[in-house]
Amino acid sequence: MAAHLSYGRVNLNILREAARKELREFLDKCAGSKAIVWDEYLTGPFGLIAQYSLLKEHEVEKMFTLKGGRVPPADVKNIIFFVRPRLELMDIIAENVISEEKLPAPREAHILFVPRRSLLCEQRLKEQGVLNSFTNIDEYILDLIPYDGDLLSMESESAFRECYLENDQTSLFHTAKGLMTLQALYGTIPQIFGKGECARHVANMMLRMKREFAGSQNQILPVFDTLLLLDRNVDLLTPLATQLTYEGLIDEIYGITNGYVKLPPEKFAQKKPGEGGKDLPTEPKKLQLNSAEELYAEIRDKNFNAVGAALSKKAKIISAAFEERHNAKTVGEIKNFVSQLPHMQAARSSLANHTSVAELIKDITSAFEPFSLPLFHTSSYKNFKPISGDNLSSESFFDNLTVEQEFMTGVDTDKINTYIEDCIAQKDPLIKILRLVCMQSVCNNGLKQKVLDYYKREILQTYGYEHILTLNNLEKVGLLKPQTTTRNNYPTIRKTLKLWMEDANEQNPNDISYVYSGYAPLSVRLTQVLARPGWRSIEEVLKMLPGPHFEERQQLPSGLHKKRQQGENRTTLVFFLGGVTYAEIAALRFLSQMEDGGTEYIIATTKLINGTSWVKSLMDRPEAQIL
Amino acid sequence: MAFVTANWNPLGDAFYRKVELYEMGWSLKDGLRECLVAAAPYGGPIALLKEPQRRSPSARPQLEIYSSSGVTMASFVWKSGVVKQLGWTVCDDLLCIQEDGTILIYDLFGNFKRHFSMGNEVGQSQVLEAKVFHSPYGTGVAIVTGASRFTLATNIDDLKLRRLPEVPGLQGAPPCWAVLTQDRQSKVLVANGADIFILDNAVCTPVNPPGLSPQATSIVHMCVSFSYKYLALFTDSGHVWMGSTDLKVCLEFRRLMCRRPKSREPSVVIMWDRHLLVVGLFPYYFLPLPLRLVYRKLYPLAIEICRYLKTPEYQGVSRVLKHWACCKVQQKEEADENIARAISLKLGEAAGISYSEIATKAYECGRTELAIKLLEFEPRSGEQVPLLLKIKRSQLALSKAIESGDTDLVYTVVTYLKNEMNRGDFFMTLRNQPVALSLYRQFCKHQEQDTLKDLFNQDDDHQELGNFYVKASYQEKLEARIGLLQSAVDEYNKAKNEFAAKLTEEEMRLLRFQRRLEEEKGECLLGFSLHDTISTLLSLGLHKHAEQLYKEFRVPDKRYWWLKLTALAEKEDWEELEKFAKSKKSPIGYLPFVEVCVKRQNKYEAKKYVSKVTLDQKVKAHLSVGDLEGAADAAIERRNEGEIGAVLSRCSPATDRALVERLNRAKATAAKK
Repeated sequence: MAAHLSYGRVNLNILREAARKELREFLDKCAGSKAIVWDEYLTGPFGLIAQYSLLKEHEVEKMFTLKGGRVPPADVKNIIFFVRPRLELMDIIAENVISEEKLPAPREAHILFVPRRSLLCEQRLKEQGVLNSFTNIDEYILDLIPYDGDLLSMESESAFRECYLENDQTSLFHTAKGLMTLQALYGTIPQIFGKGECARHVANMMLRMKREFAGSQNQILPVFDTLLLLDRNVDLLTPLATQLTYEGLIDEIYGITNGYVKLPPEKFAQKKPGEGGKDLPTEPKKLQLNSAEELYAEIRDKNFNAVGAALSKKAKIISAAFEERHNAKTVGEIKNFVSQLPHMQAARSSLANHTSVAELIKDITSAFEPFSLPLFHTSSYKNFKPISGDNLSSESFFDNLTVEQEFMTGVDTDKINTYIEDCIAQKDPLIKILRLVCMQSVCNNGLKQKVLDYYKREILQTYGYEHILTLNNLEKVGLLKPQTTTRNNYPTIRKTLKLWMEDANEQNPNDISYVYSGYAPLSVRLTQVLARPGWRSIEEVLKMLPGPHFEERQQLPSGLHKKRQQGENRTTLVFFLGGVTYAEIAALRFLSQMEDGGTEYIIATTKLINGTSWVKSLMDRPEAQIL
Repeated sequence: MAFVTANWNPLGDAFYRKVELYEMGWSLKDGLRECLVAAAPYGGPIALLKEPQRRSPSARPQLEIYSSSGVTMASFVWKSGVVKQLGWTVCDDLLCIQEDGTILIYDLFGNFKRHFSMGNEVGQSQVLEAKVFHSPYGTGVAIVTGASRFTLATNIDDLKLRRLPEVPGLQGAPPCWAVLTQDRQSKVLVANGADIFILDNAVCTPVNPPGLSPQATSIVHMCVSFSYKYLALFTDSGHVWMGSTDLKVCLEFRRLMCRRPKSREPSVVIMWDRHLLVVGLFPYYFLPLPLRLVYRKLYPLAIEICRYLKTPEYQGVSRVLKHWACCKVQQKEEADENIARAISLKLGEAAGISYSEIATKAYECGRTELAIKLLEFEPRSGEQVPLLLKIKRSQLALSKAIESGDTDLVYTVVTYLKNEMNRGDFFMTLRNQPVALSLYRQFCKHQEQDTLKDLFNQDDDHQELGNFYVKASYQEKLEARIGLLQSAVDEYNKAKNEFAAKLTEEEMRLLRFQRRLEEEKGECLLGFSLHDTISTLLSLGLHKHAEQLYKEFRVPDKRYWWLKLTALAEKEDWEELEKFAKSKKSPIGYLPFVEVCVKRQNKYEAKKYVSKVTLDQKVKAHLSVGDLEGAADAAIERRNEGEIGAVLSRCSPATDRALVERLNRAKATAAKK
């Protein structure tokens, strides 16, 4: 079921299996039939660890969503609350338990805290007078969840906000703990590099936790050679840019949650002869996206402009394979053909799905194809739609991209931008505006006070004054800032790290810049330089970026020192504190696959993000009372 | 040499022999008569309580503890209540179960450790019988009360009392019963006459052991094997039934050639010995040998055995040393300094030593200073902090918690400090610990808004106060809302954030305008943004009001034109739109006019504006209204290859042949250029 987790260089299925084992053990602790009451946020991440069948095997008969009042009736012996340690959830649980106890035959109650139990929460339950009502109070240490063969995420939605805006480093503590778990399973990581305040903090906690375990030496041969910890605020620019890989665009446009995407159903309608007038489906089409699907693994990290060619090549291969049946003459040949049918049919339906997805994306982005012209594109007229709500038309997609690329290459970043002005005037979605304004600010190392105030005023008058809080938040995390020095160091960073590549090759890339059609993500450049020639070559630039950079070594017990074979690649775990985008992941996968790269990367993060979800997490929206 | 097998005795088809290793060193005058006796397993200590029924102050029972060889380890007069049962825990602690349901715990040297109760119900109806049992979860106690009900605790160190369901027809104490561990649960097996029941937490289930003779009219004794795997029943007909504890398999059923016994049936016990020989099982939850020696304070021997067994350091030697240290801190005559030094010297960096456990012991013995000294050696803040709080070193606890990075721990200390200190001191403490302060702010944001304000006030953080009032304003009705916004303005001014102050004033002005509008026109626009307000006014035809806002709020021309254009088109007020287009030169050009009309499917209106569009946008304008000729003219005039191509792509070769040719010619010329 999760075989794709074990395909990669590091078998992440070990981690998943460990998590499943722990879950089974807890479920067995609550003997008898049970109902699980879910903190809704957890169901997605849990789905990646255990399907319902596993729960069912352990006598889970019902599942409910945690809400006020009482737990719905169900003839079970146990009720188990699966929750994050949050005070507001404790109040709801208390309410549930109190009404349960009024029943003639109350069910036994248990709590499973994910990822960690919390004294503060237990204190709250005590104040509510229900702490002793629980037979089991336990924790389920689920920090890093395997999302794919080379990808781990904590899916901690507000990690960036908490760390950089609220100075609450809880998620970093969980990160350090998660890395300790990882080391317990995959061996001590001998080398730790880092850049940024949060990175430093995590490394410190790890070293400290290691001292706490002094004496119990880890005897596992290290799987990872290096850990690289990167603060998101070292590279604020990358998530603001629109991702141009296939997977990145799916995420930008439709949003991927816990490995699934929901798409408009029209293009997925099955056309069968004679059913012309059949109603179109109305339920969104839900697709699972991971490397278990062969075709998806092949195209996910390609620049979208290279996807069409890949799909048609695949179509030819598949139809050729089906044609083979005409050549099958003997019984043996026919048998052989039939045995391959299920695989071929799966490939065909996978191809059909992704062709539809690509069409959906093309409707929105087609203007950025290389053969199109800035001003014109036929399809943009054919599908001319009212500029409304959240719908990006292809023209605005292209204009938006042009402005992004101007900012990234340093064109007129110090002036009020007409495109942004026009978008505000037409009340385009606020997040789109915020992404652009923030990008301009980042690329200019802050905006002139006059320019900044102008944008802010335009935004407040158009979208409402309540957004003064959001703007304030963006300033606090450094996404927006007034220029303090006249010196803009972004061009130096751009040039030194080669963040802009004029001749990015989208079809047959030779550099990571293909993921943003020209822009090479700063975070990934730092990773690349670290591997070769090393950070010493970019000391100056590192100093311009926020936070310290450092290197630590962890002693290995003698006998565990790896003897590297000639030509054997190193394995580096890159941990993005505060989130990572799919395009960055694609860039790292590209580096892993480079023939002479010498390093393979496993990626971990607090949360998979895109510019929209990221900026959204920084917004404050006070709900107005009815006036 | 004597015949080697001479002292082996047959037992069924197995043999056994008895070897006397040593003589008991005790001298019991009256033997074990009128005594409660309990012997710990694995050669552990033996406890005797002589004449437990004595109650008068002048003649009290005597409690004695002997080593397994009969050496006196403790002896004292029992002054507490009437004891019904003695028993030993897995770690060699003595349990004295009293009639009133209180259980007193002593260590094997007779030192009182603690006591607990088996609950009110047990207290009221009194203990009739009790049993101490061991399971993977620790040592448990089961009690049957005067009300013929069972109460059970599986682990006395994590006390959870369970009152088991009623046994039908049972009065007084049952003739016999036993505790089983099955399916990770402790259950009671009880016989009442010929009926046998299993009690778990929820139900009382009758059971029928397979192969039990119907001749038996009552079960008089039962016994569970050491491993909890096997059960023996003895019936009044003189039969013994033996089988698995799940009562599914009968191993043996036979009549014993002995009369019904008065006390415990010796044959039954012997039979189990044989089965143990065969099965040879050691329950895994019993303690390893070195630990047993440790409880008996035989430290050097324990260390030697650990080394001999090659037990990993942190599981073996370190644990022995910890126990030694825990004992050391209780030596009242030695000075704190000396003890701390002795301990750190001996323990050094031994793997996995928990200094906090040792410190806890020291604190329990009233040696706070020693405890703090020992805690300095503890590498795990998570362990230090709760103890530091307990011994009232809360400031130190706070810094240790922050060092650990464990925010939950920091929260715990902060909550503790909040309850312990006065508000001023509490705030002052936080001020010196920014990490704790931000966490507390987070807590207040969700739980205590007023405290949050106080915190900002204390720090003179006017910017945050301003934000606070803005946020609060949304919770209020109009008047109060404006009031709070005014407070925000004041704070922003104090923070020298002129921009925020000015914009918040604007917001107040807008709210007042909206209120007036509601009063005058009955249109409720409260809470709309400036953009939405103006746009609604325009669609309502309230152009003057819209104009007023545009001027008063100094909306940039371009934005106002876009806004008005969109609003009028949406209303399809073409006349007003035309008037607007002619009012003055459009700052956004005229292509948007064309496009809004097309968007509303009104090509007729759209065409009116095409001529006004600047040259560089003309092709696009013509194409919008579907005028290919016009588009072609414009493109050719501009000699723009791209534009020409775009027009071409819209032409159909069949119907627009002439046009296509013209365009192709122009394209070729443009390309040459």
